[in-house]
Amino acid sequence: MLIVACIKQVPDTTQVQIDPVTNTLVREGIPFIMNPFDTHALEECLKLKDRFGCRVAAISMGPPNAEATMRKALSLGADEAILLSDRAFGGADTLATSKVLATAIAKLAEQDEIALVICGKQTIDGDTAQVGPGIATRLGYSQLTLVDRIEELDMQGRRIRVRRKLEGRHEIVEAPLPALLTVVREINRPRYAKVPMRLMAGTAEIQLWNNQILQLDATTIGLKGSPTWVSRIFSPERTTGEMLGDGINDPVGAAGLLVDKLLEKELLAL
Amino acid sequence: MQPNPAIIAPLFIASLVLFAASLYRRFRLVRLGQPEERFDRLGARFRAMLVYAFGQKRVLRKPFGFNHLVIFWSFIILLLANLEFMVSGIFPALSLARLPASIYGPLLTCFDIASLLALAAALIAMIRRCIFPPYPEGRTFEAYFILTLIALHMAAFFGIHATEIALGRATVDAWMPASSSLAQLLGNQREPLLESIASGCWWLHAVVLILFINLLVPYTKHLHIITSILNCFLRRFELPNSQPWEEFAAGRSYGAAAVDQLTWKDLFDSFACTKCGQCQNVCPAGITGKPLNPRQVIYDIKLNLQRNGAALQQGGAAAVPLIGSAGAGSVAEDAIWACTTCGACMETCPVFIEQMPKLIKMRRHLVQMEAKFPEELLNLFENMEQRSNPWGIAPSERSKWHSILEVQPFEAGKTEYLFYVGCAGAFDSRSKQVTLAVATILNAAGISWGILGKEERCCGDSLRRLGNEYVFDRMAQENVKLFQEKGVTKVITQCPHCFSTLQNDYRQYGLELEVIHHSQLIDELLQSGRLKLKQQVTDLGRLVYHDPCYLGRHNSVYTAPRQVIATATGSAPLEMERHHNNSFCCGAGGGRMWLEEFLGTRINLTRVREALAEKPDTVCVSCPYCMTMLEDGLKDEQAGQVRVRDVAEVVAEGLR
Ligand SMILES: Cc1cc2nc3c(=O)[nH]c(=O)nc-3n(C[C@H](O)[C@H](O)[C@H](O)COP(=O)(O)OP(=O)(O)OC[C@H]3O[C@@H](n4cnc5c(N)ncnc54)[C@H](O)[C@@H]3O)c2cc1C
Ligand code: SF4
Ligand code: SF4
Repeated sequence: MLIVACIKQVPDTTQVQIDPVTNTLVREGIPFIMNPFDTHALEECLKLKDRFGCRVAAISMGPPNAEATMRKALSLGADEAILLSDRAFGGADTLATSKVLATAIAKLAEQDEIALVICGKQTIDGDTAQVGPGIATRLGYSQLTLVDRIEELDMQGRRIRVRRKLEGRHEIVEAPLPALLTVVREINRPRYAKVPMRLMAGTAEIQLWNNQILQLDATTIGLKGSPTWVSRIFSPERTTGEMLGDGINDPVGAAGLLVDKLLEKELLAL
Repeated sequence: MQPNPAIIAPLFIASLVLFAASLYRRFRLVRLGQPEERFDRLGARFRAMLVYAFGQKRVLRKPFGFNHLVIFWSFIILLLANLEFMVSGIFPALSLARLPASIYGPLLTCFDIASLLALAAALIAMIRRCIFPPYPEGRTFEAYFILTLIALHMAAFFGIHATEIALGRATVDAWMPASSSLAQLLGNQREPLLESIASGCWWLHAVVLILFINLLVPYTKHLHIITSILNCFLRRFELPNSQPWEEFAAGRSYGAAAVDQLTWKDLFDSFACTKCGQCQNVCPAGITGKPLNPRQVIYDIKLNLQRNGAALQQGGAAAVPLIGSAGAGSVAEDAIWACTTCGACMETCPVFIEQMPKLIKMRRHLVQMEAKFPEELLNLFENMEQRSNPWGIAPSERSKWHSILEVQPFEAGKTEYLFYVGCAGAFDSRSKQVTLAVATILNAAGISWGILGKEERCCGDSLRRLGNEYVFDRMAQENVKLFQEKGVTKVITQCPHCFSTLQNDYRQYGLELEVIHHSQLIDELLQSGRLKLKQQVTDLGRLVYHDPCYLGRHNSVYTAPRQVIATATGSAPLEMERHHNNSFCCGAGGGRMWLEEFLGTRINLTRVREALAEKPDTVCVSCPYCMTMLEDGLKDEQAGQVRVRDVAEVVAEGLR
């Protein structure tokens, strides 16, 4: 029995800035991390591994340097790591991305029966939250998004019951396996890698799958297979509001100005 | 008077053989530990043994220390007497009495006086333990039993000699003032009674002696009479300022989760502990109600070793875990995480036991082998690894503190000093003010300095003290490489944690830097006249100074900050009750800065109250963590009118 974690390597967005001239992301020198939601996806897989003893495969589509993130997945306890990397995959939108990922998962299913595929809710760079549902649709798996708790997993009966976190309410959903879950942060607390595992992961094999292995029509993947394109990225201008004082060098002064302002606008009563 | 050697000889010989065997068994237990070098610098080691064991230097610092010195030296002197007692029991011909009277006489005087002093000291110790126990749980059967036997032993000594004199059998009775006085009291007793007292005392003396060497010494804390002397010889010479280096390679395990993963010296420590309780009396964690007691940690290691020793010697597994809440013989995880690594325990221990590093070894195991730690640390560890600062702020913001000041980048040859600002100095809004003050002072004194700006990384101090040695190791290697590439040789730090890490920990990576804490540099500049204040700082009122552990106890910098304050304000700072090497931690060291303080009361409140007792207007610090802890504490104590100032801020005030 196999459980698959979909993991994307993303730039550490707290460190990403937008070039004000070209309106593109300044990616130079920015370190990459495992997409934070995906750390929860992987953790959920690992917890199921601890419970059911199934195998966990981590897969990612990305450039060759995504190997670092794959090693992190191994150090946390994934049994195998597959990196889908090919120039032909580059420039993909969510449609093309989910196609490549779905094909790779289908290929894994040839070797071992898949119970679950777990994705993060969304990424912190693309932010679309479309890739998970895209994979589920293509593979015909049950699609369970925004999961914050697996209520019950019956491997024999091949059913799963999860709790979905929606705005202001929860929804309990039951579905047959195989299923694709997208998970929110609240679902678990990711573990920390043990040193012997890190050392092992440092030299472990990362399987590299290119399009020769997946054999996809080149016009349906990568840039060519992507109907979406980005026309402009920009930071929204602040149109109203003002900066009060110098909070860094004179915090007390700035706080005073703020209080005065609030009093003046009668937002604060003394 | 002596019983027949045919009875005595087998008894004494058996007892001595047993004694040797039990010591050997202890020695074999100690050998279960990992290797560690403790036989270098022999000269200094012998000196340490003389000063601290025979001179009892650290013992004398404490109340009733002199009493202990008396017992110690009496024992040394009486060692000869007891040796003679046993040897002559076996071979009556080998008696000191055969020495010329001019030697034998003074020897007897020494024995006589030593016995009297030891008897008095043992009685004083018993009364003291009743009235003012060294620590609350100190009234143990073990302690009273040992003291009682000491007293009995001395009493028996006098019994033997007084009856001997009274019976007119002593050759040199004039030489034993105490025994002679007792003999006078016995003088008019009938001979048979005296005979039976004599033989009764002889047997008492013999039995107590046998109890000493076959029960007390090998099996109770009394073993310290041998091991603590050796422990002074085996002491470590560095202050408690660094942690042992760990090698990362496949197949190894990290830290200690079993006694045989500690070093032999760690195990030896557990046999050297005198249970004096001084470490527990100074431990900020224990004092504020956390489940950490350094004395108990050492004792649990000993128990664990004794319980698991046999199995481990046969290559088996330990039955009692070293870490866990199993009770006796195990150290609880909450205790392990409670340590602030303040070093007070090591500073006070009369016999140089190293409590804190053992706790760090256990942390290393928990973090590195089990990934088990308080949950607040997960973020810290990720932030450190990902963004090289504890808060996880983007590294590009490291240079924001000097937005209002022109600052040079460090360039070897062009700038003399690297000002290593540190994470707090670069990111913490309060500490940024200190950074600016330091920069202002450096400029005023015409120092040539530069910074690494965005290239600066965290020194890794918290990681190392929290047991995350693996990530510390990688950060240290990167930093060392960066420093070497940049040609950095002289570094100014404004944080004692950076100071200690760069200076002491990085030495293990082959980097020898001249690291200077800002208080030291400012002191030098003021003393040499390179820095001239425009005015005396008068508006800080009554000012009390708090010693940061990593500047004071870990690196012995005590006078520089005080001298700086004295020069800037015109008067020396006030001292709190605990200061200099007895200073009390603010609660933030050892990575505790990043942990919630769920158990007991808060350490910073204890320290703030101690400061407030001096009725200060200003509490002066020289560490960003102390700054945070004391400012928070003052707010909680509703003493917001009392300011906290870094020494640099005090001086910068004088430059306005
Ligand atoms: C506004 C916008 C800007 C873009 N800018 C660029 C750009 O500058 N350069 C560029 O190359 N592309 C860019 N893309 C392309 C790209 O569409 C997405 O990054 C990619 O398709 C994944 O979508 P997402 O990041 O929104 O993932 P989401 O749909 O938010 O991700 C959901 C989950 O799917 C899984 N997942 C997503 N992607 C992968 C993957 N690659 N491997 C494994 N698992 C994955 C993860 O589990 C993730 O948590 C942009 C897309 C958008 C919408
Ligand atoms: S280092 Fe400080 S906190 Fe830790 S055990 Fe020793 S005295 Fe207690
Ligand atoms: S460890 Fe040292 S200070 Fe603590 S009880 Fe033992 S001998 Fe005393």
